[in-house]
Amino acid sequence: MKSIAFGQYYPANSPIHRMDPRAKVILTVLYIVCTFLCRNVLCFAAILLSAVLLCLVSRIPLRMILRSIRPLIMILAFTSLINVFMTKGEHLLTPTWQIPLWGSRVWRIKIYEEGLWNALFMILRIIILLIGTSVLLSYTTTPIALTDALERLFSPLKKIKVPVHDIAMMTTIALRFIPTLMDETQRIMNAQKARGADFSSGGLIRRAKALLPVLVPLLVSAFNRAYELAAAMECRCYHGGEGRTRLKILRLRFSDVFAVMLLVAFGVGIFFLNRQGIGYTMK
Amino acid sequence: MAESFIHAENLSFSYKGQNGADDIPALKGVTLDIQKGEYVAVLGHNGSGKSTFAKLLNLILEPTSGTLIVGGTDLSSGDLPDDELIALRRRVGMVFQNPDNQLVATIVEDDVAFGPENLGVPMPELRRRVDDALAAVGMSEYTDREPHHLSGGQKQRVAIAGIIAMRPECIVFDESTAMLDPLGRREVLDTIRMLNRENGITIINITHYMNEAALADRVIVINDGSILMDGTPDEVFARRNELRAVGLEVPQCAELIYRLREAGIPVRGTEISTVEACADLLSAAFSAEGNHHG
Repeated sequence: MKSIAFGQYYPANSPIHRMDPRAKVILTVLYIVCTFLCRNVLCFAAILLSAVLLCLVSRIPLRMILRSIRPLIMILAFTSLINVFMTKGEHLLTPTWQIPLWGSRVWRIKIYEEGLWNALFMILRIIILLIGTSVLLSYTTTPIALTDALERLFSPLKKIKVPVHDIAMMTTIALRFIPTLMDETQRIMNAQKARGADFSSGGLIRRAKALLPVLVPLLVSAFNRAYELAAAMECRCYHGGEGRTRLKILRLRFSDVFAVMLLVAFGVGIFFLNRQGIGYTMK
Repeated sequence: MAESFIHAENLSFSYKGQNGADDIPALKGVTLDIQKGEYVAVLGHNGSGKSTFAKLLNLILEPTSGTLIVGGTDLSSGDLPDDELIALRRRVGMVFQNPDNQLVATIVEDDVAFGPENLGVPMPELRRRVDDALAAVGMSEYTDREPHHLSGGQKQRVAIAGIIAMRPECIVFDESTAMLDPLGRREVLDTIRMLNRENGITIINITHYMNEAALADRVIVINDGSILMDGTPDEVFARRNELRAVGLEVPQCAELIYRLREAGIPVRGTEISTVEACADLLSAAFSAEGNHHG
């Protein structure tokens, strides 16, 4: 059997894993705000330190975290290049760099000190953003706990007729059926292969066309499953979110509240650190 | 005189014809009574109407005509107020064929809790019900597993736990073993028997496996939408030729006794539906034979 294939949840027993998922959602939002507040070296040093601390506390192996950064390398390279070449400042570092074009025309390459700082800060910001959200949420919270937390955090929206419970229920069912439908896809593909279907050669369009005979039966079976599931849910007295109780009652503990307060204090700290005119301050 | 739990009189159901086609009758005037605490198997081949019958019992389908009273609630009109419908479905639970399509949650205990959660059972009663239900089906050690890591039989036992956590009086199994391997089938059948014997839950097992029907106290054979036979497994399986005429085979042991008798070997007794009982009959017959010759 395949192991849990959806989400990025990494099972471990850490204070962050044990935290109330609602607190984690709030912490994640606050952390994102904090990363965007950072404008100078001191702030970035502080937030980088906090990110390292988070990684250590969460007991997520470093290679998992590095792996999540890998797909971003292109984006990081691109943003830093843009920052290096497009930022205009006061300290020109390359007064003599120029590429001769035709005639007496030359193309001056102007790199300012500010551009280098901006590039560094942007890279740090993206990486810290990624570490923060993955350590605080995706690696340490099961998708189901996350759905649950979001349902409760957004429950005030029920007053303005947003079907919060229904959306959460649909998400739960979708998560529940991802592995089932993946198994089924594999089964159908094997069945088609046994009849001579070829999924691995040809261009993009050919391959997409080859998937059509897989998608049709998959869709039909998904609908059949949906009918059966609906009947089974009715048999188990499902009638919407009204009057439903919960097996798992989320309780905010003192530590959750404390963590949120700590992060707020950290944000305030960053805000004041920004005002210290040390080194370059990002615009 | 105990009032029967299920009372059907001249009960009929037709599927609506599509695109102006004629309605397709699935159940034609079924009359029967099932008492509280009975273990009934409903036999029939595909399209006989046995699953339709099951789906009428908790109003997944609505009767076309006739009378149907389940646990004192009259379902004949097919229309119940919401709270009565929920009460009915709590009392008459249903386990379906495909275990994958009836589990809602991604964690075993969450799924078992789904029914009682819908009923508004508060904590800590809810916790107790979930633990009891999982213990009853022998799945306590899988409480926080993910259903897709379980075997078919285990998934089906989780589905059963999800029903018994609602504390039903009756459970309808709609071909619940059809997709399982022999081991999974054994697990589920043992659970069914235990629920009937120890918890006094009325069991209605819809099946097309003869060996499974033999485990019940009573077998009802449905063919072409009507009741063909209704009796103990021994009584029903004694009518081997009638069953064959409608495309059903008797269990192998019953078949063996039938053929021995046909070949002129006198095997006395009527307990022909289980292997153990048959073995007793045969050894009695052979020792009688031995004595005769001796």
